[in-house]
Amino acid sequence: MIRKTIFAGFGGQGVLMMGYIYAHTVMNEGYHVTYLPSYGVEVRGGTANCTVAVSDEEIASPIASEPDYLVVMNKPSLYTYQNRVAPQGIIFLNSSIIDTRPTRKDLNIHDVPVGDIAGKLGNPRVQNVVMMGSFIKKTGLITPEAFLKGLKQILGEKKKSAMEINRKAFAAGYELEI
Amino acid sequence: MQGNRVIGEAAIRAGCRFYAGYPITPQNELTEYMADNMRRAKGGTFIQAESEIAAINMVLGAAAAGARAMTSSSSPGISLKQEGISSLAADELPAVIVNIMRGGPGLGNILPSQGDYFQATRGGGHGDYRTIVLAPASVQELADLTMDAFDLADRYRNPVLILADGMMGQMMEPVEFSDPSSRQYPECYILKGKGKGKSKFIRGLILDAIRMEEHNWKLYRKYQVITQKEVRFETFWTDDAEILIVAYGTAARIAKGAIKRSREMGIPVGLIRPITLWPFPMEVIRSFAERVENFLVFEMNTGQMVEDVQLALGGIGKVQFYGRPGGVIPTPAELAKVIAYQARKK
Repeated sequence: MIRKTIFAGFGGQGVLMMGYIYAHTVMNEGYHVTYLPSYGVEVRGGTANCTVAVSDEEIASPIASEPDYLVVMNKPSLYTYQNRVAPQGIIFLNSSIIDTRPTRKDLNIHDVPVGDIAGKLGNPRVQNVVMMGSFIKKTGLITPEAFLKGLKQILGEKKKSAMEINRKAFAAGYELEI
Repeated sequence: MQGNRVIGEAAIRAGCRFYAGYPITPQNELTEYMADNMRRAKGGTFIQAESEIAAINMVLGAAAAGARAMTSSSSPGISLKQEGISSLAADELPAVIVNIMRGGPGLGNILPSQGDYFQATRGGGHGDYRTIVLAPASVQELADLTMDAFDLADRYRNPVLILADGMMGQMMEPVEFSDPSSRQYPECYILKGKGKGKSKFIRGLILDAIRMEEHNWKLYRKYQVITQKEVRFETFWTDDAEILIVAYGTAARIAKGAIKRSREMGIPVGLIRPITLWPFPMEVIRSFAERVENFLVFEMNTGQMVEDVQLALGGIGKVQFYGRPGGVIPTPAELAKVIAYQARKK
């Protein structure tokens, strides 16, 4: 089994953080994992992306030429990556700001209005965790408990009070009808 | 943990107490990690030097004074350090130099590449010298080989190069740090004032021809010992292989993925992965040639290590080459196609 995911969006949307928490969590669960961020000549407010590969055996390449899952937080990322997704792959799409559809017809599109949900929770910064709630449910590789544990370990290094709002954000994403 | 940071942590755990560097992508996180963490190491010094050349010469000074010292850079910066590396070899001083390779020549780009193989394995700077070159292929190996690099540098009083690329530096993977061995470095080589003892010299300028020749032969004998004792390599699925891939670092990882795909299609292919690029596993490759005829060298450049493989085989067998230079990272599927083509042709 090997599952590759590309997370992409604007710098500041927590794109690298999504990949990092996910990678950290699957590592806790005993999987082989690689996380590769984009480190090109980027500008603030520009695009950011990272690739996470998860497997039950050694991972040859941390790069995803045909990712199984694509998480897109903005429109340019959808255009950039939709053609790379594996046949029958899943796109998780930030439907709050992406108003177009992928041109490919063979993909499963999964709309997550992360901006609206995070707005209702009163903190737009947790959009990425809303998305991860939905992602974890749909992909089913790890349990929500495992993810929250990983999230806590990472946030714990920064700010303890942040956990509560993130827990709510994750639950909101997880409980979304899919 | 991220590869670059892992190198920093492993170095500090191995007792590195002096780091000087100058920023360059894709190794910046290593310099940053040292800036942040060297101060928690007792007696540790971090210097952001004014240039790469300054950094390597600071390392030379720290090594002469007895510190475990390290510097790091990426391809263009490593070129600048060559004069200092040559001096370290001449002066027989231990130091660890990390090269997180990027595309070249010139300033090139900042993407992963293996274009510095010749520079690393042929000494790089001027004069008759060698550096031990370690080529990690995972973040775990970055940790292990960084620790080993300090021990090797001490044991042979010679600079040791860690040759990785932008992908190794930027990638995160799980890692466990092993316990470092305690340092065995003779006091007699440390410049700290002679006290009542004999004067000590560290000297790279030897104007007399006969004495210079003596020094060259002395270094040569040391390199012979390293060649006999320190060769490291990994074999993967070689037992029944009819085609052998030779690849190192990132390329070797990709090769493993390609080999799995090829095996599923029934192609008997295996991998020899040199872990030390100098000394190169000549004898191992030659011994495989008794049984295997087809070798495929795979590198992220236009063909450098392929020359060492040809040298090892000495005209026996067929050596093919596949490479992608310039920061392109080939996929396992792409290499599997090349393997299938070779298998059909065979």
